[in-house]
Amino acid sequence: MPRLGDRMNTKQSEVWITGIGLVSSLGEGLDDHWSQLATGNTPAASVDTEDQAPYPVHPIIDFDIAAQIPKRSDQRQMGKWQHLGTYAAGLALDDAGISHNPDLLAATNMIVAAGGGERDLEVDADIMEKIAGVEDFGPILNEALNSELRPTLFLAQLSNLMAGNISIVHGVTDSSRTFMGEESAGVTALETAVAQIRHGQGDLFLVGGAYIAERADMTMLMEFGHTLWQGEHESVWNRESTDGGMIMGSAGAFLILESRQHAESRGVKPYAKVDGIVSDRCTRQPGAARKNADKLFGQLSNEIPVGPLPVLSGCCGVQPQLSEEYEFLKSLNEHGIDAAVRGVTTIFGNTLEAQLPVSFALASLAISRGKFLDPFDESGFEKEFTDIPEHVLLSTWGHWRGECLALIGKPDVPLRGGE
Amino acid sequence: MSQAVRDHRGRPIVVVTGIGIVTSLGQGKEDNWRNLLAGVSGIRRITRFPTEGLRTQIAGIVDWNSDERYCAPRHSINLAQQSATEAIEQASIGSRGSFPGPLFVANSPAETNWDQRMTVYGDEAGKGLRGYERLVKNAAAGDYLRYFRLFQFASIADTLADEFGTRGQPISLTTACASGATSVQLGAEAIRRGETDAALCIGTDGEICEEMVVRFNLLSALSTQNDDPQGASKPFSKGRDGFVMAEGSATLVLESYEAARARGAKILGVVRSAGERADTFHRTRSKPDGSAIIDCITRAMADAGMTPGDIDYINAHGTSTPENDKMEYLALSAALGDELANTPISSNKSMIGHTLSAAGAIEAAISLLTIQAGVMPPTINCNEQDPNIPMDVVPNESRVQSVNTVMSNSFGFGGQNVCLIFSAEPA
Repeated sequence: MPRLGDRMNTKQSEVWITGIGLVSSLGEGLDDHWSQLATGNTPAASVDTEDQAPYPVHPIIDFDIAAQIPKRSDQRQMGKWQHLGTYAAGLALDDAGISHNPDLLAATNMIVAAGGGERDLEVDADIMEKIAGVEDFGPILNEALNSELRPTLFLAQLSNLMAGNISIVHGVTDSSRTFMGEESAGVTALETAVAQIRHGQGDLFLVGGAYIAERADMTMLMEFGHTLWQGEHESVWNRESTDGGMIMGSAGAFLILESRQHAESRGVKPYAKVDGIVSDRCTRQPGAARKNADKLFGQLSNEIPVGPLPVLSGCCGVQPQLSEEYEFLKSLNEHGIDAAVRGVTTIFGNTLEAQLPVSFALASLAISRGKFLDPFDESGFEKEFTDIPEHVLLSTWGHWRGECLALIGKPDVPLRGGE
Repeated sequence: MSQAVRDHRGRPIVVVTGIGIVTSLGQGKEDNWRNLLAGVSGIRRITRFPTEGLRTQIAGIVDWNSDERYCAPRHSINLAQQSATEAIEQASIGSRGSFPGPLFVANSPAETNWDQRMTVYGDEAGKGLRGYERLVKNAAAGDYLRYFRLFQFASIADTLADEFGTRGQPISLTTACASGATSVQLGAEAIRRGETDAALCIGTDGEICEEMVVRFNLLSALSTQNDDPQGASKPFSKGRDGFVMAEGSATLVLESYEAARARGAKILGVVRSAGERADTFHRTRSKPDGSAIIDCITRAMADAGMTPGDIDYINAHGTSTPENDKMEYLALSAALGDELANTPISSNKSMIGHTLSAAGAIEAAISLLTIQAGVMPPTINCNEQDPNIPMDVVPNESRVQSVNTVMSNSFGFGGQNVCLIFSAEPA
């Protein structure tokens, strides 16, 4: 299917969310998540305090890799991170009715928000043992790398190979881009896809990412900055009065974003629509992130109604960003907004590249089912919201850079999953 | 008047107003261009680390710009700073530390290397523990804020955003060996959307270390002709046995034609189009029928509103692997048909080597220099051209010939393919 040329000087396309693939520490698929997040009670997070002790993590559930990646030869080419992303992308493609449709797959653009793939940590440990204390370890290192590394290991490590595997396994073949780097990779991936759809640079996008928290190499990286929470799990708002710290979480989240016109022409109903997504960065001097958030709010405020408003915060937990975002969310009442905040990271952990995609999925779920999620903790900060949600505001600040606000809204047509 | 600043589809025309290059051939456009035209090779034996026991011991390493101890992301940042400074100075846009547009950086994923890993491993706190348990313990006990910043995945782009004062969040991207071309594509798309009048597009790669060499050797992707470093990269020739890894960076300053003209900037060329098509066949190989790369090339011509006869010269992906060069010829034959016989094509990688994430940007920059100078750089080491690749590869000697339109190909592992078309400023 030829790509449509950019449609200049015409009305911008409405951006619909028409497919969702979500796998996390809680479960798999929308029903599974809904049944745990909208029961009328505070949901229970799944926490593992052993795997990366003393750092708690939200571990990925067991998922049946073969259900989305049937060929063993494909499975063997990936590590757990690529399995998870390829799996979640497959769920989204299935959900939107794109899978196995060659015309649609050939017109699906992909933007993956990626971190690094897995290293073989055991191989690394062996090599470290071998070369520790040797002054010029070069030749021994070469010998060890030659004998220990395997070709598949390298491919499993490459960031762009999650997208590569999604193309190979699911047949997505229009454009393919991989954006690298933590929460902001997820933010800019979604922001770019939305801009491209609005300007006619594509009608159909697969966007998302995945993160595996049970990885000691990532634990090391985060501890270089002393950013992790230790000990028992605490809700993110209960960490506000402390020195803070992140609890990392595993998740794979992919969305199908589609122009309204394209979705209508193939008879597909939306979960929700994207009313706005804006982001910026700062050098994180004290107060700078808050200032950015205020500015971003100003850019979206025309779209945001006053009164009660559901808000999903991806608050990372690192100080002082935690307190700055907390204060920002409290300040929404100065604009006449009665925010019902849910700290997504309390239940899911910080899922890094997947953070905003996870929030997009949860907001779409709430809009399409006509009900917001129950409070995620008992800190008292998270208010009840009993109306039918028309909008959900999303806040994602990266743990070291990047601030984003997005607004998900209710389209003026019958919705998916509303029955 | 407004007609002249929009393309055949009514989109803002995107032009290039600044170019910067650093490779193993030299620092800056002038050195690089002189050496490219002279057919000089930048490939040498590796001295950065011991190569004992490695199958490949040659590369196009850029080492002369750094006294500090080698650290991969830091080196990629240094290279990018050089090329971006040159490009921004040429464009004479914005003010020092304040570039009026977004930043798109193609780079290899930032990774801790063995040097850093062993530095952390040696600390006291975790003595007696093994592997990553020890590293985590030492990370938590130590003062490694510098590593924290450097090894976040987006650290290269973020550091550059601070230095050059670009707008909004920088995008740090990878499409493997097509990355550099993708950065130009993303910049052009942002300008076509009317979001910005300018964009800073950088490809940078300074990541050659022992583990990278071993990894690519495991895929049998690298030349092992260690005895003749300068002759090892021989795209389109018999006896080619793999690519030669290299380092470098290039930066393009993109602007809308309207904005560039309004401020009286010198126009170095026009970004006419970008075509893209992902492959589904294999992680390191193209579909045997070449359909994905054929489509990518065809789409680029369609996006530009061009036919094969409009292409004057092709800046090849031309990696010097047996597979790529054969596939590139197959795809070009299909996409350009009989016109291919009249279209010279050469590979900068014969001299520079394969700069991986930076290659697409470096070759885009050289494509524009080719248009400006009206001289095609040669494909060197072409002593016995592969008879199965009967193209005019501009063998060994540069060629003076007016060039209005250049196609630049980039094909990546993981099946990500990008084709860019550049031309001279519209009359």
